[in-house]
Amino acid sequence: MTPPPSTDPPVPGMSPAPGTSPVPGSPLAGVPDGHGPVSSSPPQGRKPEAGGRSRVGGPVRGRWLRGGGSPDPGPSRAGRFGWVRRLGASGVGGVVIVAGMVVLAVVGPLVWGEAAGRIDAAAILQGASPEHPLGTDNLGRDLLARVLVAGRYSLLLALAATLVGAVAGVVLGTLPSVLPRRAARLVTATVNALVAFPGLLLAMFTAVVTGLGARGAVLGIGAAIAPGFARLTQTLAARVAGADYVAAARMLGVPRRRILTRHVLPNIAEPLILNLAQAFGGALLGLAGMSFLGLGVQPPQYDWGRLLFDGFPRIYVTPEVALGPAAAIALAGIGFNLLGDALARAAARTSATGAPAPAPAAAPPGEPDPGAVLEVRDLTVAFPGGLTPVREVSLSVAPGEIVGLVGESGSGKSLTAAAIGGLVPYPGTVTYGALRLGGRDVATLSDRELGTALAMVFQDPLAALNPALKVGGQLAEVAVVHEGASRAEARRRAVDRLGHVHLPEPERLAGRHPHELSGGMRQRAVIAMGLMGTPRLIVADEPTTALDVTVQRQILRLLREVVDETGAATLFISHDIAVVGELCDRVVVMYAGRVVEELPAGRLAGGAAHPYTKALIASLPDLDTDRERPLAGIPGAQPGPADVGPGCAFAPRCALATARCESDRPELAARGAGQRVACWEA
Amino acid sequence: MGARAGVRRVVRFLVSLVVLMVASFAMVHLIPGDPVRTSLGPAAPVELVAARRAALGLDRPLPEQLFTYATHVLSGNFGTSFLTGEPVGDVILTRLPNTLALALLATALALLVAVPLGMWTAVRTENGRNRGTDLAFSAATGAAVALPEFLYAIGLVAVLAIGLGWFPPAGMAGPATYVLPVVALAIGPAAMIARITRVETLRELGKDYVRLARAKRLPAGRLHLRHVLPNTLTATLTVGGLLLTSLIAGGVLVEYVFAWPGLGLKIVESITQKDYPVAQGVILVYGAIVLVVNLAVDLALGALDPTSAIKEA
Repeated sequence: MTPPPSTDPPVPGMSPAPGTSPVPGSPLAGVPDGHGPVSSSPPQGRKPEAGGRSRVGGPVRGRWLRGGGSPDPGPSRAGRFGWVRRLGASGVGGVVIVAGMVVLAVVGPLVWGEAAGRIDAAAILQGASPEHPLGTDNLGRDLLARVLVAGRYSLLLALAATLVGAVAGVVLGTLPSVLPRRAARLVTATVNALVAFPGLLLAMFTAVVTGLGARGAVLGIGAAIAPGFARLTQTLAARVAGADYVAAARMLGVPRRRILTRHVLPNIAEPLILNLAQAFGGALLGLAGMSFLGLGVQPPQYDWGRLLFDGFPRIYVTPEVALGPAAAIALAGIGFNLLGDALARAAARTSATGAPAPAPAAAPPGEPDPGAVLEVRDLTVAFPGGLTPVREVSLSVAPGEIVGLVGESGSGKSLTAAAIGGLVPYPGTVTYGALRLGGRDVATLSDRELGTALAMVFQDPLAALNPALKVGGQLAEVAVVHEGASRAEARRRAVDRLGHVHLPEPERLAGRHPHELSGGMRQRAVIAMGLMGTPRLIVADEPTTALDVTVQRQILRLLREVVDETGAATLFISHDIAVVGELCDRVVVMYAGRVVEELPAGRLAGGAAHPYTKALIASLPDLDTDRERPLAGIPGAQPGPADVGPGCAFAPRCALATARCESDRPELAARGAGQRVACWEA
Repeated sequence: MGARAGVRRVVRFLVSLVVLMVASFAMVHLIPGDPVRTSLGPAAPVELVAARRAALGLDRPLPEQLFTYATHVLSGNFGTSFLTGEPVGDVILTRLPNTLALALLATALALLVAVPLGMWTAVRTENGRNRGTDLAFSAATGAAVALPEFLYAIGLVAVLAIGLGWFPPAGMAGPATYVLPVVALAIGPAAMIARITRVETLRELGKDYVRLARAKRLPAGRLHLRHVLPNTLTATLTVGGLLLTSLIAGGVLVEYVFAWPGLGLKIVESITQKDYPVAQGVILVYGAIVLVVNLAVDLALGALDPTSAIKEA
């Protein structure tokens, strides 16, 4: 239930060409375009898009690049006005600015062309005045008119440079897939080297060779854009080339060139085209920079950069003559950047989150249960939008007892554990009638008490250990932070605890990083971390799911040993009812956020009463299972937290369900010693 | 990065250096027509052009010229300026420190501002908390990233130097003159780094080790600085390193605005004045710096990231 951190990583790092930044939108590397390097490392963000992804204006471009090889339905396929919503406010702003720029480019020279060229010897080098809001140049020409007229030339040059760069880039990027291997590798290496090179240097190099002027600048900026596009094309093409339909075409003997034009290029066209807006913005700024340095457009032609070049020396006397063209460049830069960002984001497709729901009222706390270390009554976890994945869960755990919490994914078992540990992520809200650890309300416990009394073990021990810190240090800090132990003392205890969980050479292990340990060793280290304090409650959330079967056994044995020794109450969360039956003393079965049955583990096989529990047990294959028959399953699917009706949540899948089950929800009711069941028909 | 990967990386660096040298050599030969004639202008006497050509060795066969060029460059001889007769090596040596000072100060400033800002925003906006902060951050960094440094430079000059008179508008004389160029250079990279830090931090905050650290009830400062920060640094430093190279290029424009006596100003002058030996030398040095920085970033990452040995495998 934990909402995933709502963005993809920019994934720089060491992937294919270290030290490169293939960002097509930025011909001048000095003009960061707000995007991390596109990486061709494996897609890490392919979970279903979670709510809130749209919020993160992360420096991530090309999320859509990682979407696999399938053709991407573009914004054009959205419904009428759908694009407004998908572009978002900033995207719409970008569209407006860009549209304004285009209109200016079309009509500017027609309307103000005459004024921009009119020489007025009486008004040379003036500052702002009512007739000349931005002043005049050295021939008395009106600068506002010139700025408005220069829009067309600036945009045309940027367009030319973008096209030069995009065409050259796509050619360079596709060449490796049609050339012989050796030549292909040479092209790839060249592209990789050039991508790392600041665009301005490439542009200057080209400008030296071709001579000063608009042509040189356009070719130079084009050359600066090309490597980024080439890299992008390569990355995309490589992904498409791995797709099944391309493999099929290859098997059928379709020539490589034809595969390229028929299969690869059409499928990567859209991301490339979406990139053009960004590249265009970069080209515009790059050309402005070149002209501003005097290396681009030469008189009598003028673009915004050239106007800035002419106006800049006068900035001390009449700043407006420089600030006018500067503002035009800035506006264009922002407009194209917003649009480019929004296009990339729109393609990533986002979903919205709902409104927060009122928190359910908490039941009054009752008397503490003296025999229990952990006592939970009417625990409810709610999320905004009326989602209540955990509803009125009550359970208690005695000292030294291991209680298994079982259920399918989405039954709320992990969230129950998180709520007990006080780790429910925002914006979830937790309410309870009672949540007591050692007889005291958890809310009244200090961090120090909780930090030493609570031990948690997670599914993936590699993820649970901080990859940047040494194992020993991560253990020791509990003692340092909560008990004021000295570093040496804390370390000594950490080594002792590592030995305690049967890790060999604990002294050496303490100095290792997590990735240097095996999966089983890591899980032992996590358990050892829980033993640094004096654990009264251990929450083990699927602690063996990610491990080898043989290692699973060892970890389960260790857990039992630790519980017996410390007398900690233990919640063992698992979807594996067989493991639970073996390890636990008692089992709590959850379905759709509620406890449906609670019974001693020994009675699982014969004494389960709830149809869901029975179905779970029946779905387990054992040695007697007829291998010829398909595995037993439970028909249907568990309802989501938003779809639970007034009756029993299991009713739609239950063979025994009656009309009453549909309308009235059965409460947990005692049924013999140590067993409670929530079912009308059991 | 394992030792072998490191060696491979260094070899690639050396190959790139050779390619760069050949490219800078080729630059002058790619100029259509006669560069000496172009440089001296159509009115220059034929004898002068011929003498200049001979002095530059341009009358020799190409391979010999390349060889001479390579040996000269390796011994620190970058030729002499067409215009002033100064050795290009001297020009570079006097100007390079000024350029590097700007780039390094700007990188330091960007990191110092951006990493805490990005982390703070991430912690504040985790799981969609504080939408206001989120929007403000995205809007501000988005705008900052969209604009080129020369516009910041011009804006800073107009407002802080000319309008308010707080800082000198140009030149290099004392600490005060560093402020505006460094700030102008740092804004864009800072916005970029802040965004990356934020995304990286958000990603780390969702991981199990953070949940475990929270279960251990570590104080917020320790959790964020000791557990989360080191894991975000790899990406941040990679980008920081790459930005350093872009700062070196971006510095050209900023140096131009502030009349900063660095390599950037020199290369602009030399290209406009067709002083090819200077342009050639400066481009070579710029390119070499880029290659060195990229190499350093990769090697440093290999050493820093304890898990990169696995990634290599």
